[in-house]
Amino acid sequence: MSIKVLFFASLADLTGMRETEVDSRAHTSVASIYTKFARDFPRLEEHRASLLYAVNSEFVQPDSPVHDGDEVAFFPPVSGG
Amino acid sequence: MFVLVREPIDIQALTRSLVGSEDGAVAVFEGVVRNNSRGKRVLYLEYHAYETMALKKLEEVGTMARERFDIHGIGILHRLGRLEHSECSVAIVVTAAHRGPAFEACRFAIDTLKKIVPIWKKEFYEDGAVWIQGGN
Repeated sequence: MSIKVLFFASLADLTGMRETEVDSRAHTSVASIYTKFARDFPRLEEHRASLLYAVNSEFVQPDSPVHDGDEVAFFPPVSGG
Repeated sequence: MFVLVREPIDIQALTRSLVGSEDGAVAVFEGVVRNNSRGKRVLYLEYHAYETMALKKLEEVGTMARERFDIHGIGILHRLGRLEHSECSVAIVVTAAHRGPAFEACRFAIDTLKKIVPIWKKEFYEDGAVWIQGGN
């Protein structure tokens, strides 16, 4: 019963993680997963206002639900090009 | 063709793959690495991507461009990894019967890419490195 969690760019540097997992039974939304990591890495809160959330490679709102087997990604505003 | 590459971008190959006999125009946009940013000297850049989502979003950019403009073909290549000054980081090629829609679709594609495709740029300076956030 797990959800794959991905961090990118400055968030990967800040957490020291690119990929990890959380128990899907402990979380009802993508924002609640972020809050869990922000307890361990308080500086994640600095990014929350501009944060982008994706579930299974699609942009979602912070209150979007999560399910077993989902891939959740957190990242700052994109800067490709 | 919507691709992430780690080698130098071959724009001519991309163009050849798209141009057909009904086309009268090819518009090309090339993003290249600048040697300065916000008053600082940039030594080199790194591009990182959420690759599965970036590929999906590049295709969406192409689909949106085709829906909005009277064009025939569109291809986007974005490079990842370390890039030096003047190297091409992104190439967009649009083919159309006429130049107007080709130019407009090309502009639309790079502007939209910079908003929705999950790729990030890290700038390296003499005294450190910084992740660039979109909207800066």
